[in-house]
Amino acid sequence: MSRRSSDDAPAVDGPLRPSDHLDKTGDDEPAFSGGQPVLGVVGWLRWGWRQLTSMRTALVLLLLLAIAAIPGSLVPQRSADPNGVTQWRATNPDLYPTFDAFQLFDVYTSVWFSAIYILLFISLIGCVLPRTKHHWKALRARPPRTPARLSRLSDHAETTVAVPEGEDAAGHAAHAVDLAEAQLRSARYRVERYDRNGVASVSAERGYLRETGNLLFHGALVGVLISVGIGGGFTYTGQTVITEGDGFVNSLGLGYTSFNPGRFVDTEELTPYSITLDRFDVTYAPPSGQAGDFEAHVTTRFPGQKAEDQVIEVNHPITMAGDRVYLMGNGYAPTITVRNGAGDVVFSESVPFLPQSPTMTSQGVVKIPDTGGKQLGLVGFFYPTVAQLSSGALTSRYGDLLDPRLTFFVYEGDLGIDDGTPRSVYALDTDGMTEIAGRNAPSPSLELSPGQTVDLPGGRGTVTFEDETRTGAPESVKRYVSLSIHNDSSATWVLVFAVLAMVGLFTALFVPRRRMWVKATPDGDRVRVEYAGLARGEDPAIGVAVAELAKRHGRALDDEPASAPASAANVN
Amino acid sequence: MSFDDISVLLLWTAIAIYTLGFLAFTVDLARRSELAIKAQDAKTQARTLVAAGGGQTIEDIRAEEAAAKVALEAAPSQRGRYLFARLGVVLTTIAFLFHVGADVTRGIAAGRVPWSNNYEFALTGTMLVVMVFLTVLVKYDLRFLGAFINGLIVVLLGGAALAYYVEVVPLSDPLKSVWLVIHVFVASLASAFYALAFALSVVQLLQSRRERIALAAVGTDAAPRTRLPFLRTLPSAEVLESLAYRFAIIGFVLWTFTLIAGAIWANDAWGRYWGFDTKEVWTFVIWVVYAGYIHARATRGWRGTRSAWLSIVGFTAVLFNFTIVNQFFQGLHSYSGLS
Repeated sequence: MSRRSSDDAPAVDGPLRPSDHLDKTGDDEPAFSGGQPVLGVVGWLRWGWRQLTSMRTALVLLLLLAIAAIPGSLVPQRSADPNGVTQWRATNPDLYPTFDAFQLFDVYTSVWFSAIYILLFISLIGCVLPRTKHHWKALRARPPRTPARLSRLSDHAETTVAVPEGEDAAGHAAHAVDLAEAQLRSARYRVERYDRNGVASVSAERGYLRETGNLLFHGALVGVLISVGIGGGFTYTGQTVITEGDGFVNSLGLGYTSFNPGRFVDTEELTPYSITLDRFDVTYAPPSGQAGDFEAHVTTRFPGQKAEDQVIEVNHPITMAGDRVYLMGNGYAPTITVRNGAGDVVFSESVPFLPQSPTMTSQGVVKIPDTGGKQLGLVGFFYPTVAQLSSGALTSRYGDLLDPRLTFFVYEGDLGIDDGTPRSVYALDTDGMTEIAGRNAPSPSLELSPGQTVDLPGGRGTVTFEDETRTGAPESVKRYVSLSIHNDSSATWVLVFAVLAMVGLFTALFVPRRRMWVKATPDGDRVRVEYAGLARGEDPAIGVAVAELAKRHGRALDDEPASAPASAANVN
Repeated sequence: MSFDDISVLLLWTAIAIYTLGFLAFTVDLARRSELAIKAQDAKTQARTLVAAGGGQTIEDIRAEEAAAKVALEAAPSQRGRYLFARLGVVLTTIAFLFHVGADVTRGIAAGRVPWSNNYEFALTGTMLVVMVFLTVLVKYDLRFLGAFINGLIVVLLGGAALAYYVEVVPLSDPLKSVWLVIHVFVASLASAFYALAFALSVVQLLQSRRERIALAAVGTDAAPRTRLPFLRTLPSAEVLESLAYRFAIIGFVLWTFTLIAGAIWANDAWGRYWGFDTKEVWTFVIWVVYAGYIHARATRGWRGTRSAWLSIVGFTAVLFNFTIVNQFFQGLHSYSGLS
């Protein structure tokens, strides 16, 4: 062993680091400083790879990722808030095409955002793989040789002890290091003796878990990304609306108002369970009437099995055949019956009205294509507790059914649904229709209380607002719930990897990796004992650790000044 | 008088006492400045007598740094007996007790944990900042941060009491979850650690500037005149950075937990664990910034001033997330209680 390599010993053989990592020593200079080496294609590729896997690149990519994520919080996103995008388009028609071209409404699936995180993950993998290999070797390696001059290390302590009667200095030095070795081993250090020319020393290292945690953290992040990426293909989400007394069957085409399957979902294979809404409960807290304690009491049934009563609440979805069923919203579904001029019923349904305010002023649409005459469209407003504003307009002042009122604007003409164009059931396209009752029509809008029937203008028939209590229901107006049905089996994997990342992070940040050396040098009738420590990575307590080791070892040496015959026999 | 009225009364008392604490700590810094200048003058005088030039030598600087490091890690009984710093600690502790009282009575008034709208987030979050600060004081003499911390608390708490106060209202359904207790509390605790790291990073930047000037002045006759002479009694920029880092990584681990707990909650409440909701985006941005900070600390050329800036950017994002995002950004996390 040459002197020089001995001096260098503390600096090499730590965890493998990117070339510009602070802890990295050895070939310090980046490949390109100073000279102008001529590189071939392979050389360039190697250089590029080295750049990509360097700390600096990873850091820049991280900061870019943070910045790139921000626009998605400023501009509405199609994935999270599709209505917001529509609104944004309406208010900024000129900017919309430009924003859309830059994928600002789909930031998190955009080319530029994807490019950043994919590069980041390649950089991460390129860094983690070689480090894992290196760490695997390090885990089975012995602690490195004791440096020749421990006093060079900044965390260093030194003392001299007298050699007791009847013992030679070299023997006592070995005894001192025996004690240190035992102490370090019991403090969970991996130890290795390096005794040479009468100088005894022990080299010890601990905290391999730090690098293990580091690799686990980064590996688990890759796991999260892969789970999300692959899992997305097997995920499906669907929405449905169920009015009290009605049911839903888990089958595409039967039950869903919207359904978004992942790429690999077989929509023919859905388990055909059914959910019936028996009752929807809600409480209103005075004075504002804030609604809460939503409970959807449902009967669920698998084909050929007994029905089961369940309750769906916010924060407490139910699970059906691996699907999670969430309560997402609720509202009123007034039952409306329309008769034509001949007195025939042309429409009779409970129509879900969309809430527009916390006090449940709600809006809904009735479309009647077959009246025997022209098509009819009704735009309705529902007020569970009606009140009049000073402007004369109606509003609702409380969310509960204290004084329900229903009003309609009536349109006549072409509903625009005959040519197969998909239309929202919650909106009426009034192009090509004439308002026959309402603000801009000769007749005023219709206004009804439960159980009331009013005439349509011009003998076109009647509209009835049915009172449901007459059919035995507890309230005059039925309520509905909107349910969201999700199947995402990858969520479990994401959680597992996230927890692993958390565990890895904890050990990577808080387990100190350090080396310790204790060296005893015979010096006449005395023995010089040196202690030194070297932190590998952040380790604020290294100084304390060295001082503590020196203190404990000194005390042990006082208690057991001479090597007992038995332990002397143990040496060698 | 309702519990909530008592809470408000206790809160304003706490703010008043924090303000007094702020004044005491500020006087302390001023007196340290005075001491530092006197010490320098004495040294300069002594050296002029032996005709050795007026400036600091490198040894003087190193000795100052070593003394400051010893002072930082001294046990409470062996600390410098700065009168006004001790007064500041006493006042801050008293204010903290009132603050805890305000928080607890608010919780009693609401019949739930006192962190479910912006007013209460601020109330509890700032309380945790002071709690972490006072706890850390047992181990490290960080009294020089007192003025900064008290100042920050007075501004945040006063601002919240004026702008964010809302009456107690029942929880909305999505908030009725055990995760409200865990997720929000851990997020606030993480912010408290970030706040301390932020304060240290700011002082670190000031200190490193002063050190640059002082080192440049070595060997010249001119004694460097710093605008904030008390900095000479504080630990070196390197020591401050290492401390800031330690708080930041605790904050980071807690923040990581916040993200995961939030995802679990979101999966129960909204049917997906992650949806790039505005608040989720900002939580993610903050996480990435601090991840960047941790990497920067290990990257050559980024340690020191640059990484300190990342810590400052990170905490600014935390404040932005809490104020602007909660109040003005559309999203599912609309629990500020403000309209």
